Amino acid sequence: MRAIRRRSSRTVESVIEYLILGCACISIMILLLIFIFLFKEGLPAFAHIPLSEFIFGTVWQVQAVEPRYGILPLLCGSILVTGGAITVSVPLSLMCALYISEVAHPLVREVIKPLIELLAGIPSVVYGFLALTVLADLTQRFTGSIHRLNALNGALILAVMIAPTVISISEDAIKSVPKEYREAAYAIGADKWETMSKIVFPAALPGVLVAVMLGISRAIGETMAVLMATGNAPLFTFDILSSVQTMTAVIAIEMGEVTFGSIHYHALFAVGLVLLGITFIINFLAEVLLRRFRSVRF
Amino acid sequence: MVGAGVLIFIYLIVKGSVVINWTFLTDPPRQGMTSGGIFPAIFGTLCLMLLTLTFALPVGVASAIYFAEYAGRGSSHLNILMRLATSILAGVPSIVYGLLGLSLFVLYMRFGFSLLSASLTLSILSLPVIIAASEESLRSVPDSYREAAVALGATKWQVVRHAVLPYAVPGIITSCILALSRAAGETAPILLTGAAYYHPRLPTSILDQFMALPFHIFALATQSVDPVKTRPIQFGAVLILIMLVLGMNMAAILIRIRQRRMAQA
Repeated sequence: MRAIRRRSSRTVESVIEYLILGCACISIMILLLIFIFLFKEGLPAFAHIPLSEFIFGTVWQVQAVEPRYGILPLLCGSILVTGGAITVSVPLSLMCALYISEVAHPLVREVIKPLIELLAGIPSVVYGFLALTVLADLTQRFTGSIHRLNALNGALILAVMIAPTVISISEDAIKSVPKEYREAAYAIGADKWETMSKIVFPAALPGVLVAVMLGISRAIGETMAVLMATGNAPLFTFDILSSVQTMTAVIAIEMGEVTFGSIHYHALFAVGLVLLGITFIINFLAEVLLRRFRSVRF
Repeated sequence: MVGAGVLIFIYLIVKGSVVINWTFLTDPPRQGMTSGGIFPAIFGTLCLMLLTLTFALPVGVASAIYFAEYAGRGSSHLNILMRLATSILAGVPSIVYGLLGLSLFVLYMRFGFSLLSASLTLSILSLPVIIAASEESLRSVPDSYREAAVALGATKWQVVRHAVLPYAVPGIITSCILALSRAAGETAPILLTGAAYYHPRLPTSILDQFMALPFHIFALATQSVDPVKTRPIQFGAVLILIMLVLGMNMAAILIRIRQRRMAQA
């Protein structure tokens, strides 16, 4: 009797263990599914569109009699918007992170940190809405651009959106700089600013780099805000005051109108594939950097 | 930066509160969306959140239990691969999840544009959030609890079930709230998997199309007949969405702060 019960509980035990292991494997499965389905739906595009035209084509025009599927204008849009966002956001976010971890009174920190978390929780469609209704008028008034919705508008709203990510990750990096570094700096007579800029910040640099990389990958992958802010014209341009269309936006907009299984449908998946590739590489590098950085420290 | 956030919030409250009243919350849109309320959108978003939680919670928590309790500090190839997969998933853009949802659930599995496809997509998207946060809360349970249970002769699962899980529940709830608030605000994935621009009746089964708050805002602001005339409705919908999402976020933060205080005491 006792032996039977023990055996059955052992069976239960191993069943549960396998169940849990199975659940943990689901992430691998999902990742595989993403790759399988994006390749399955994206690759057929190249049966009709020459690879060279897709990569080097400067025209994305799907409604024309002879549709053109060149990804360069979209890539250009994504780079322009992301680059702008990084340029604006990173310096401000780093100062913010330095302030929070080095200067701020603990009470102030207690208030600011949850507020930044809340800022990260605001849905991107809300940011997009604000960019469309409020920010667009402001950017147009200050720059006098012809297009009301332009790349700069998208870059500015993205800068706000990626700030929480950059701030919290770089703050972690700054916080993990050993106390002895600061004490040693003070001991040889450095003041607070010198300690921060010459000792703490350089020591935290790998972590800060990770923060910036993750910011870039978030900005490139962001859809709704740039969709609503940038005007959605797939122009091949490097003018930040011009309307542009990003890779994410083109998928979101045009997927609603395609016939499933058409060249256009496959071409949009191919764009998704490029997008996935870019973010995958950036995230992978960030992950590797983070691990190396951690293993050196501890 | 924070000041700007507060300013934005006040601006939205002022603009949005003008239109919000009981009928706005309980009526469907009327006259080509230029008047009436947003009830179907609110209802759709709530359905989405409920379904997403049903799919994502068991899998997410089980994965977290595996990482925190079973995998240990071991570094077999499988463990490394699983961790890498989870962290990569966290960085995949939401529109790519939308593409996966469209090709896998809508077309390949023939769920069509439906609540089911959309909530499955959203649960995949929120899985990394639930796993990471739940794992953290499981790890924060002191080892002495586990050792005490083992000393009493408990098996591995009994240790997890009776000594570890009860103390990690607040943390797991926090992780779910955060994941749900993210799912509630996502627009791009549901745009590709089943959100409808205008769907007069409420969804009656999980295979129906539905309206959702974030998509409703996007549609009214960019694709309706008269975006300027419906602007008050848009501001109202934005305020409701923000209150929903931020309310959940705030609840999560409060739970976490209380938990930390209790841990210190």
